[in-house]
Amino acid sequence: MRRRIALALLGAAALASAAPPADTQTLKAGTLTPVLAAPELKLDGTDGRPLGLERFRGKVVLLAFGFSNCGEVCPITLATLAGARRKLGTDAARDVQVVYVTVDPERDTAAQMKKFLGAFDATFVGGVGTRAQIDAAQASYGISSTKVANADGSYTIGHSSSIYLIDRKGGLRAVMPYGHPADDFVHDLQILLRG
Amino acid sequence: MSRRGWILLAALAIVLAALGWAGFAPVEATTHEQAFDIPKGTWARRRAGDLVEILPDRIRLTLGLNDVLLIRNHDDVPQVFGPTIMMPGQSFRLPFERAASYQFVCSAHASGQLTIDVEPRPETPWARIHWRARHFLENLER
Repeated sequence: MRRRIALALLGAAALASAAPPADTQTLKAGTLTPVLAAPELKLDGTDGRPLGLERFRGKVVLLAFGFSNCGEVCPITLATLAGARRKLGTDAARDVQVVYVTVDPERDTAAQMKKFLGAFDATFVGGVGTRAQIDAAQASYGISSTKVANADGSYTIGHSSSIYLIDRKGGLRAVMPYGHPADDFVHDLQILLRG
Repeated sequence: MSRRGWILLAALAIVLAALGWAGFAPVEATTHEQAFDIPKGTWARRRAGDLVEILPDRIRLTLGLNDVLLIRNHDDVPQVFGPTIMMPGQSFRLPFERAASYQFVCSAHASGQLTIDVEPRPETPWARIHWRARHFLENLER
């Protein structure tokens, strides 16, 4: 009997030591409950392959929407995500995939998006496609975008700027609003990478 | 001193005691979450022309007290709230750590916009009095 109690106590102690502290389980991002499968993408990747999220099962995916002519929001978002990957370290960063989908399919070719994203991190993969494909992707994530005309006849695009955090199993776990620093992403990625 | 004088003195003492409590007693909250529900049928009612307002246009949160926004979608259709889309039956829990004014797109609003003002935790006596007075009035309005 004493042996059983001792074993039970040992087991409980092992479980308690294995469990991460409760406060580290709280994400900085907004969390969705219950966790549902992230809507699938049917796009062309800037790496020359079809772009679907199933390609990245086993990795944590950071998904965001933008465009290569963006002068304000996108460069900050991409620099933040690149910084977060660097801070995570090489091993952990290998399991983090950034996917950036254009909201400007009329101008963003695969080559142009690849060049734009590569300026921040060569591992980032862009998503491009026809207007119908992009509209479908935007609708499934609730992304809004509006063309705004410039005085010189060109245009810019106002768009949703949140970053979606998708876990290793493809579940849409959380959404980080625009403006969070790289450290907040590192914090959340470390939790998601632990599974 | 006359009877009236005593009464005035007692009233003054009560007011000062109340202000002292409001200014110096620590401000606590039972939960950090400020919850809002999007009821079933919201989308259908809006589609039928009813300008139903589920959420206020402006939500005020306080760091360290009620600094987590919780939105629950009980409607039959997805709702876009701020930075995300919520499927029917899903909840979105958004914590705030910085005092600022945040603008969000929100399909549960007739205007399509929601402002969230996140204020710093009231640390000075005057800030505590102000915070308590505002919450008292807001609770009366509800």
